[in-house]
Parts: sequence; structure tokens; C-alpha cells
Amino acid sequence: MLEIKNLQVKLEEEDKQILKGVDLVIEPGTVHAIMGPNGSGKSTTSYVLSGKDGYEVIGGSATLDGVDLLEMEPEERAAAGLFLAFQYPVEIPGVGNMTFLRTAVNAQRKARGQEEMSAAEFLKVVREKAKTLKIDAEMLKRPVNVGFSGGEKKRNEILQMAMLEPKMCILDETDSGLDVDAMKLVAEGVNALRDGKRSFLVITHYQRLLDHIQPDVVHIMANGRIVKSGGPELALEVEQNGYADILAEVQ
Amino acid sequence: MALAQAKLDATETRLAVLTLPAEGGWLAAPRQDALARVRAMGLPTRRDEYWKYTRPDSLTAVEATPAALFDTQGEPPVFSGIDRLKIVFVDGVFAPDLSDDLSMEGVEIERLAEAGSADIHWARDLYGVLEARGQSPVERPLAALNSAFATDGALIRVTGKPSKPVSLIYFHRSETSDAILHHVVKLEEGAELTLLENGPAASRFNKVLEVDVADGARFHHVRAQGRDHKRRAATHIFARLGAESLFKSFTLTANGVMTRNECVIELLGDDSVAHVAGACMGDGDFHHDDTVFITHDALNCESRQVFKKVLRNGATGVFQGKILVKEGAQKTDGYQISQSLLLDDDSQFLAKPELEIYADDVACSHGSTSGAIDDEALFYLRSRGVPAHEATDLLVLAFLAEAVDEIEADALKDEIVSRLEGWLERRRD
Repeated sequence: MLEIKNLQVKLEEEDKQILKGVDLVIEPGTVHAIMGPNGSGKSTTSYVLSGKDGYEVIGGSATLDGVDLLEMEPEERAAAGLFLAFQYPVEIPGVGNMTFLRTAVNAQRKARGQEEMSAAEFLKVVREKAKTLKIDAEMLKRPVNVGFSGGEKKRNEILQMAMLEPKMCILDETDSGLDVDAMKLVAEGVNALRDGKRSFLVITHYQRLLDHIQPDVVHIMANGRIVKSGGPELALEVEQNGYADILAEVQ
Repeated sequence: MALAQAKLDATETRLAVLTLPAEGGWLAAPRQDALARVRAMGLPTRRDEYWKYTRPDSLTAVEATPAALFDTQGEPPVFSGIDRLKIVFVDGVFAPDLSDDLSMEGVEIERLAEAGSADIHWARDLYGVLEARGQSPVERPLAALNSAFATDGALIRVTGKPSKPVSLIYFHRSETSDAILHHVVKLEEGAELTLLENGPAASRFNKVLEVDVADGARFHHVRAQGRDHKRRAATHIFARLGAESLFKSFTLTANGVMTRNECVIELLGDDSVAHVAGACMGDGDFHHDDTVFITHDALNCESRQVFKKVLRNGATGVFQGKILVKEGAQKTDGYQISQSLLLDDDSQFLAKPELEIYADDVACSHGSTSGAIDDEALFYLRSRGVPAHEATDLLVLAFLAEAVDEIEADALKDEIVSRLEGWLERRRD
């Protein structure tokens, strides 16, 4: 269970507060969505949870199954079961996608005191999972995200998620830059990982993605806070009327 | 132009302690010619344009600065797992006991020290000849000094396709050794050779390698320079390529207080290919200089220069690379990249890329960058559970990959990568 309490965050190098008291509880097996206008703090929330540099937590807490996330290094958070699918997956020339995946899987297994996966076993699993995401062998051999199309990059994120089997998955605008077919493919990949225990936090601007990944709870974020929460119908309301009505209502 | 008196004096002081080896045969003339070249040019000083970024003093001094021996802690030298014909030099002296029998099908190998007394020899057309060609337009006096005074070396004539690489192995056993070796490789038409070199050779090492690649011949060169921290080396490669021939050279340098590697290549036959690459990793008072000059003088030739340097704790990297495309060398494809990864604020990289083009239908590109580890990539890796130090190592290896990938044979590439990993392992904080 992910528990965020009154999380307040400012930029490290600027006197600018981005998150002004975020409260959020995500129970195991549930899918939550965060929507909100640009600059409301959605992506910042995902970065702070995963441990990116450049932010200073000035108040509040964030725990995953009772463990304080904010005290941990990014790799420790990953080993604890947190996964962030990046809005802009990073290109790493010179590092093969397969090497990257195997290094990540084995690093996490090591951190959890499990045995490393053998090369043969790894290959078998990765091929299987890649196939369902329509990722071909060629893409696995190429350097991480280098020369990948927008859709391929996002599918590659989901493949990593499938390989690492996290408890808590955060998807930061995974639908951005995707055409309808690519979005469906990505959504199917995500849905295949819904097993009743794993939780998801889906950050998106558009209701469209939520047609494919159906959320249990929808939150509206504005000005560094969650201002309204509700069922899937809240996303439809945003789609039809924009944020203005909701923001006016909460102010 | 008369040389400045100070330069002249310094050159004569250096020459005064050297003795021309007197084999008495064919080698006498090229040695005398080379000595005349040294006298005419004078040894380099910091004022020379091509020595602006690297102090030549320790390379030209009368005595070699003593260098402590490196304790490899039982680690076998690089290429140990490769089946090869071994030619071993200890502090610049040929070691027959440690070397293999020098006979192998498709190749003739002789020691310079033994071959020099004959009246005629195939190497006469090459020894000091390629070096002399490489003295213009840029002077390389240390190479001429080498041609004059080299005490030994290997003369390798390749007539076929030998079944395994020839491996020049250098050991450093004396803290005051000062070695001058000169190798000549001649690949006849259609012949193929892989030449390996490894080891620190001496406290101070001056080495020249002349390579003549005839039409359709292929030459692969993979070198790992010695890790002895205080060793110094000035090395030159002079290569001449015939039509449809191939020349590929890769050098790994991890450590060494002073290294100057010069590579001078002439593409004289149409459709020939020359690649020269280097990966280096340096710490502290490490100073590493790659100076490359590639001349395109034929149609449809390809050249690549790929140099990558990882520097930290105040280490210095230098790259001076030139592509000269002569008039009429149409359809030239020239590429040059030099990059440094600075792991801290104390290290520096000095680069001087040069293109000089006199043909109008060519594609030449060059790039030079200096940068730190990419924070975005580092965070991406860490967010997937890869610990910071492991992620950094992965990015360092990725940075070097373009250079290392210039090695064609997988087994040799693996040897080099394992050395890089070893370097990273030892230097982990």
C-alpha cells in the first residue's frame, strides 16, 4: 500500500513550492488515476516518489507498505517494489536493451536476497513478455531507447515493468505521443499485469487512456494538491467540461 | 630555417649518449638517414605547435625518469586466453626463452637485431621509409630518433593468412629501463594479419611500427598499453595502404603518467579503409595524447578516427586529429570523433580536430565533446534498481563502446572489455 501524507515539495535550486500537501492512499490491487492541468504537480509527484534529484521534501511523508520511501536511494525504492514508467524514456547509447534489463532484474533480485536469474532463464522470460508487447528481437538488441519511436519507447517501459514485477507502478503520461493503436497495446500490457495485488497510479491528461486502463479512483490535482477525488465518472466530467468547473467548485 | 641554438644544443646533448647500433648491413644507411633527419628537425620542445598540449621534456631527456614496477597482483596479462604467436621483449630486449618459435605458415618473422647485418633485405624498402614519408607536413622527430637508434624489433612479412595473431608482449622489469624498438610489418597482396601488443615495455618506451598494406590486404591491430603508473611512452604508427586494403588499429590505455600515441596513415590505393580508435581511462597525473594524421590520396576511401577518454582526479587527455583530403581524392568518406567523459571537475580534455580538403566530392565529419556522466541516464538506470556505482560503470563502458566496437574479433573485444571492467572495479570508491 502506498501512503502519501501531506507531501510538500519545493525545487532544490529555486524558492518555488510545487507540492503543497498531497494526500493519497493506494490500496493493493487498485488503479488510481491523477488528472490535472499542466503545472499542477502530477509529474513532480512521480519524480519525488521515485527519488529524482532536484527536489526538496519540506514536509509530509510517503511510505510503501510502511517503509519510508523518501529516505531511500532510487535503486532502493525500486528494489522495494516501486516502478516509474517515464513520460520521456531516456536514450542510453552504448548500453544494449537486453544488458540493461538483465542488469536491472538481477540488481533487484540481489537487493532482495534472491538468486540472480541465469542467462538462459532470463532470455526465455524476456522473449515471452516481449512477444505480447510486440517487441521484436531486434529492438531488444538495440541500445536502450536509441532510435525507438515514441510507441516503441513506451512499450519498452511496460516491458521493463513486466520484467521487474513491481508492487506499485506509476505511469507518467504513458499515453503522450501515442497513436490509438499504440495506446491500446500499452494498455493491454498494463492490464496483463493487473493481478489483484499490484497497484497502479496512472498520470494522464486525457480520459482516453482510462477507457483502456479502467481506474478505481480518479483524482484531480491542481496547484500542488489533490482537490477532488471520485470514481471513473470524474474523468468523463473532465473530458466534457475541462478543469474550469471543478477548479471553480473547489475554490 | 636554422634551428634555435637551444633546441640544437638539447638535441646534440641527447644524441651524445646514444650509440648507433652497428650491424654493418642494409640497416646502416637508413639509420644514418634517420639520424640526419633528427639533426635537421631537432627534438621537440613545448614551443612546437604539435607539442602545445603535451610536454615532451621527459620523452627527450637524456635519462629516462625511473618508473616503479606495477604489481598486477597475479592477474594474467591481457590476451592470455588468446591463441597467438608470442614475441616477448623484456625492457626492450628480446627474450627467446619467453617467446614462441617464430615460424608460422603465411608469415616470416625476424628480429631486427639479427636481420640488420644482411646485405639485402625486404625491409629495406620500408624501414625508416614510411617514417620519413610521415615527417611531412608535420615533423615527428622522436620517430626519426627511433629509426636511427632502435636496438631491436620485429620484421614481419605476411604472405598469406596465418592461423593465429602475432603478439608482441612487453615486460617492464627494471625501474630505469629506456627502450627503443622498431617493428616493420609488410602485408603482401591479399595477405591478412592480426597483430597484438601489450605491456609497459620499459620506464621510457619509444616505439615505431611501420605497416605496409598491399592491395587487398587486411591488417588488424589491437594494443593494450602497460598499466605501470609511472611509465612513459612515445609511440608512432606509420601505415601506407594499397587499393581495396584494410587497416584497423585499436589502443587501450589505462594508466601511465605520459603517453603520446601518434598514428600517420596514407590511403594511396582506391577503395581502401583505415580505422584508428582508442579508449583510455586515466586517473591523477595521467597524461594521454592521441595525435592522428590521415591522408586521403585515392578515390573512394574511408577513414574513421574514434577516440574516447575517461578522465578523473586531474587527469589530462589530448587529441590532435587531422584528415587531409588531397586534390582528386573524390568520394572520400572521412569521420572523426573525439570525446571525453570527465568524472570530476579537476580533469581536462584538450582537442584539436582539423580537416583540410582539396577535393569537392567528399563527405567528412568531425565532432569533439567533453562532458560529465548524464544525470538523466544515471537516474533512469537507478530507478530500475541498478545501484549508483554499477550504473556509473555501465555508462562509462557505454561511453567507450563506440571505440571498443572498432575491434572486429569478438574474443579480442571481450579481452579489452574485461580489462575496462577491471579498471572500474579497482577504482570503485
